[in-house]
Amino acid sequence: MGIQSAAPLDVEAIREEFPILEREVAAETPLVYLDNAATTQTPRPVLDAMDRYYREYNANVHRGLHTLSQEASVAYEDAHDRLAAFVGASGGREELLFTKNTTESLNLVAQAHGLNELGPDDAIVTTEMEHHSSLVTWQQVARRTGAEVRYIGFTDEGYLDMTDAEELIDEDAAVVSVVHVSNTFGTVNPVARLGELAHEQDALFVVDGAQAVPNMPVDVEAIDADCYAFSGHKMAGPTGIGCLYGKRQVLAEMEPFLYGGEMIRSVSFEESSWNDLPWKYEAGTPPIAEGIGLAAAADYIDDIGREQIERHEDWLVEYALDRLAELDGITIHGPRDPADRAGLVAFTMDDIHAHDIAEITNAHGVAIRAGHHCTQPLHERLGIAATSRASFYCYNTRGEIDVLIEALLDTQELFS
Amino acid sequence: MSPGADMYREQILDHYKRPRNHGKLEDPTFTHTGENPVCGDKITIDVELEDDVISSIAFRGDGCAISQASASLLSQELIGMDLDDVEELDRDDVTDLLGVDISPMRIKCAVLAEKIVQDGAKIYEGELDIEHTTTE
Ligand SMILES: Cc1ncc(COP(=O)(O)O)c(C=O)c1O
Repeated sequence: MGIQSAAPLDVEAIREEFPILEREVAAETPLVYLDNAATTQTPRPVLDAMDRYYREYNANVHRGLHTLSQEASVAYEDAHDRLAAFVGASGGREELLFTKNTTESLNLVAQAHGLNELGPDDAIVTTEMEHHSSLVTWQQVARRTGAEVRYIGFTDEGYLDMTDAEELIDEDAAVVSVVHVSNTFGTVNPVARLGELAHEQDALFVVDGAQAVPNMPVDVEAIDADCYAFSGHKMAGPTGIGCLYGKRQVLAEMEPFLYGGEMIRSVSFEESSWNDLPWKYEAGTPPIAEGIGLAAAADYIDDIGREQIERHEDWLVEYALDRLAELDGITIHGPRDPADRAGLVAFTMDDIHAHDIAEITNAHGVAIRAGHHCTQPLHERLGIAATSRASFYCYNTRGEIDVLIEALLDTQELFS
Repeated sequence: MSPGADMYREQILDHYKRPRNHGKLEDPTFTHTGENPVCGDKITIDVELEDDVISSIAFRGDGCAISQASASLLSQELIGMDLDDVEELDRDDVTDLLGVDISPMRIKCAVLAEKIVQDGAKIYEGELDIEHTTTE
């Protein structure tokens, strides 16, 4: 091992916390998990936290006076503070609500704010690299309110066209909704600058942080986001839980999105009033175990350190870009400079369909994603139906990238 | 190797790289197009009939190896088949032709061409009214 192979993180120790990484996907074919942008694996402390909840204090929250319910309520409510702190929200739980995932968080903003506040004179400015969770949602808001959707374009290298952004975010802009890190190009977008442009026009500034929060330090206040959405299952947490950060005032003003139990203060046959923040947005029995598990994931990630995770992913991406470039007929999408991207690389290979690639790499134990990654319009802009994508997390190694390259060489040989 | 690599046996790769009955017919009795949104596979098939028996067939399109090889293999099988028998075909017939186990995620790629011919025949017979076939 030379100097260049010294990983920024102690990967061996980290891998011991992830039991799933020991499995083989076929006889003598160890799993090489490179689909972390789709979902990350779950470490023992998160599994243990959820297990302990179910074994020791499983109860409904907020309404019980008995011991189990009190314990569950405290743990679940504290989890909100933990996640608020994780993204730099100084208002604690009042600025951080739990949803099912990023998609639901964005839909909440779109329904609670978009449908109620927008009209035919308004513009929703978003980007051509949005995930469908934002793109489709704002499209629907536009359809129902008469507002116009505008898309900020991207350059050949997968950077947002900021000249385009400055033009499109004009006095009609009522909402500016952008993806922090593209799940296809990997580009880290200049969200703080986009926030300035949005606020100059008094537009609501919404950020999709699904690919940012797991991989780099994120400070919603430094970005000056009005709303910021992310998912638990992409940050070493469980599925079934996501977060929406909202500035206190924004959340106080918006109407609830779901109605029912837990979100009310009092109810009569004629009318109801709403509970305090954030509970006003959490109707019905919430994902209690998942909330507790997500708080454990935040602890786990902070123990490693997000600067370190970011550095580790840059180190992997740098190597992946170099090794992939050795292959004939390969096109790598997104920025060339590893510093401008998060830990993922999407690519296409001449004359070999992305699904064929993913199927053959799978035979080598390598899990990658193939398809349009829920960014179909972006792929259409590139003139391709699908790309293959390798994405990394704190437990990946350069050796695993070598296995990927071997698998790709094998694919090319089969198809030659 | 897992079934994944097995799916790419020589026969499939051969038909993918050198598709049989590839192209267009001069004077097709019917033409039909279909898509598999999962992989973005797209295929158009021309069929020429003589007394309700397929006398020639040609296909074109692009997509993954499984979809294109299935179209090629199926095209050979269809020549000389009458439309009633075409309607009777099911997914097992296609996987038998391919000679390999197709993973559940890819079965739509494998059956795309078969579904296009069957829908095309139904449209021709006036039993169906659609523009395109999709596998979803
Ligand atoms: C950029 C981006 N936004 C939104 C999402 C949607 O996340 P979820 O499926 O957890 O709602 C994803 C994940 O697929 C993503 O990568």
